[in-house]
Amino acid sequence: MWQIAIVLIIYLPLVILTGHYLFRVTMQQKTWLDPIMDRFDAVIYKLCGIKQVDMTGKQYVLSLILSNAFMVFIGYLLLRIQAMLFLNPNNIDNMESTLSFNTIISFMTNTNLQHYSGESGLSYLSQMLVIIFMMFTSAATGYAACMAFCRRLVAKTDTIGNFFVDFVRVITRVLMPLSIVVAIILVAQGSPQTLSANKTVQTIEGKLQDIALGPVASLESIKHIGTNGGGFNGANSTTPFENPTVISNIVEMLSMMLLPGACVVAFSLMVAYRKKKTIFGKQGLSIFAAMGVLFLVGLATVYVAEKAGNPIISELGISQELGSMEGKEMRFGVAQSALFTTVTTAFTTGSVNNMHDTLTPLGGLVPMFNMMLNVVFGGKGVGLMNMMMYVLLTIFIACLMIGRTPQFLGKKIEEKEMKLIALCILIHPAIILLFSALAVATTAGVAGITNPGAHGLSQVLYEFASASANNGSGFEGLADNSTFWNVTTGLAMFFGRYLTIIIQLAIASLLAKKMFHSDSVGTLKTDNTIFTFLLVAIVLMIGALTFLPALALGPITEHLQLYLHSS
Amino acid sequence: MRKFFENSKQALLITITMFVLCGFIYPFAVTALAQGLFHHQANGSLIEADGKAVGSELIGQTFTAPQYFWGRVSSVNYNVYTKEDTIPDEKGQVNYSGVSSGTFNYAPSNPELKKRIEADIEKFLLANPSVKRQDIPADLMTASGSGLDPHISVKAAEIQVERIAQASGLAKDEIEKIIAANTEKRTLGTFGENKVNYLMANLDIMKKMDEK
Repeated sequence: MWQIAIVLIIYLPLVILTGHYLFRVTMQQKTWLDPIMDRFDAVIYKLCGIKQVDMTGKQYVLSLILSNAFMVFIGYLLLRIQAMLFLNPNNIDNMESTLSFNTIISFMTNTNLQHYSGESGLSYLSQMLVIIFMMFTSAATGYAACMAFCRRLVAKTDTIGNFFVDFVRVITRVLMPLSIVVAIILVAQGSPQTLSANKTVQTIEGKLQDIALGPVASLESIKHIGTNGGGFNGANSTTPFENPTVISNIVEMLSMMLLPGACVVAFSLMVAYRKKKTIFGKQGLSIFAAMGVLFLVGLATVYVAEKAGNPIISELGISQELGSMEGKEMRFGVAQSALFTTVTTAFTTGSVNNMHDTLTPLGGLVPMFNMMLNVVFGGKGVGLMNMMMYVLLTIFIACLMIGRTPQFLGKKIEEKEMKLIALCILIHPAIILLFSALAVATTAGVAGITNPGAHGLSQVLYEFASASANNGSGFEGLADNSTFWNVTTGLAMFFGRYLTIIIQLAIASLLAKKMFHSDSVGTLKTDNTIFTFLLVAIVLMIGALTFLPALALGPITEHLQLYLHSS
Repeated sequence: MRKFFENSKQALLITITMFVLCGFIYPFAVTALAQGLFHHQANGSLIEADGKAVGSELIGQTFTAPQYFWGRVSSVNYNVYTKEDTIPDEKGQVNYSGVSSGTFNYAPSNPELKKRIEADIEKFLLANPSVKRQDIPADLMTASGSGLDPHISVKAAEIQVERIAQASGLAKDEIEKIIAANTEKRTLGTFGENKVNYLMANLDIMKKMDEK
């Protein structure tokens, strides 16, 4: 237990510090990196012909989509011809077309769902030029969208910020320096970073062993910092080369928690900006607290469920003192695995340090539910935007109950915004449930299921929850490299990402154009404890109402079967 | 329309610039730093015996001989194979088709899981007649997530001492010393689990046996 608490305690000062830095980067205030970085950025602006002029919400979205489209195009091309290019010492073949489609959408949308295995599916060149490249750019895209959203919420005009400037600044001043530091820490712990081919050794029993090498550490750091999650190897961060020690495990967890949390801090500072200097603005704190409560409840559930072990294994008469160890690594044990599982799905990274398919039913329910809610911190930037949808909804419902005009940060929330908010909140469950229904109703979908009974449905639900939430972890038993699964999850990722971002920025633009009203005695306070509890209640209620029937048929049924069977 | 064209041009140029910066310069810079600062780790932490690489400190291996510690169950057999495994049989199937990682992905309720563990327990008890069933720790009978786990729990190492002593001719306390030497305690006494790196332990056993 202590090892979990200590990690979370280390996290708090780090996230506040990073939040302040992020705020300065976003609002173009002075930082100590400026003397070097200003020159560096200026070169990039000049090369790309970027004029640092403000954009309207529409122009911002257009630039975002256009640049993402170009990236998709280049990436897809590379995957299809990788066998012919250089830096391919292990002679990997070209990637098949539906798989390439899935992979590119997956990495561009910050999902990193992988229907291939890195060791056998990608050349070193593709790992670098497609995967690492997209890990940086998709994270920066999400972050830019979020900051555009936040700035519009607190400002009085719709014309603010330039997408390309935000995009460049976050890469050169946040993602790149952090990634280099973390990559070197990971190499020190044992992650390889080499361009030479895989090694074949002779074991002391006289057999042969292949050892997969590659530029692992440089991918591993941005994979977590950008809440991407796609592994260099098939088994992701369970493999000793991606996650060699407990120290690397903690560094990876903190890396993925850092920026989504820092976005909330940065937002809080923007809100408080005009009033006074503060460490953590009250409005952001109430949102951070709501996310924290949901996170801790999930974490405790996974830990208790995994520690209890699998009743079927207990029945076989061996000792389960260590907890449920199937699919887990000895160096992490249950505590570090439970924490990683909760973090990777709450912060929607999607890397795994144990195999989620083998989690106990309730231990597997939590990561699934985290992704279904998609607001427990969430991915880089977009998590905060999703939570803001619930914040606005909570204000609306609370104000209806007490008969006041719903108002947030001085802007009235009216019919047009509410329609868009409702639409935005509904898209995510609609994608998950409709696609799941399609999968279990078609033979092509059912063909992917590999575990019998209720767990089979869990595999399907998890896959689409992961795709739509842009998480990328999986119940990996699912045989998902088929045309059906490649195409459906590709579409789920695409809509889950872009529809949501477009609607959210539209809402922010609508609010930005509104008249500013000062808060009066009659205004609902949105920065106190009561609001935090209201927010948690609304999130859980909406989540429970939408997903409970599906969850009851999947993990909950499996749990009851396991325990009824063994008693 | 002119605005749209200008936007597209910037979008294309930024794509190409980032392509070079993030996809080329960054990984090469990290590679150069890593190779300079941590040469051993950056190349896979390989271990050598008699001047030849025999494995990596961080990657487990399959052991079947009774004088060595056995590791956890692996769905990929730790990427260990013989020449014959790569030759197709009459159906065109190969036992080893290339390097990979992962696990069986059996759900806790999957009957295959129970079947696999039961068979493994029987096999283990047969090879270690002095061990009682309830003393077998679960980590030894369950598959690791990566299929490459280099560690077993301390208890899983201790229950193998009797068998190793018999097969290797080493004294029990010599083997216990080897276990102690290769036990990695919880980091800072708190993080992770106590565990034994069995590949390193097996190398020690081999050295001890060679001395005799």
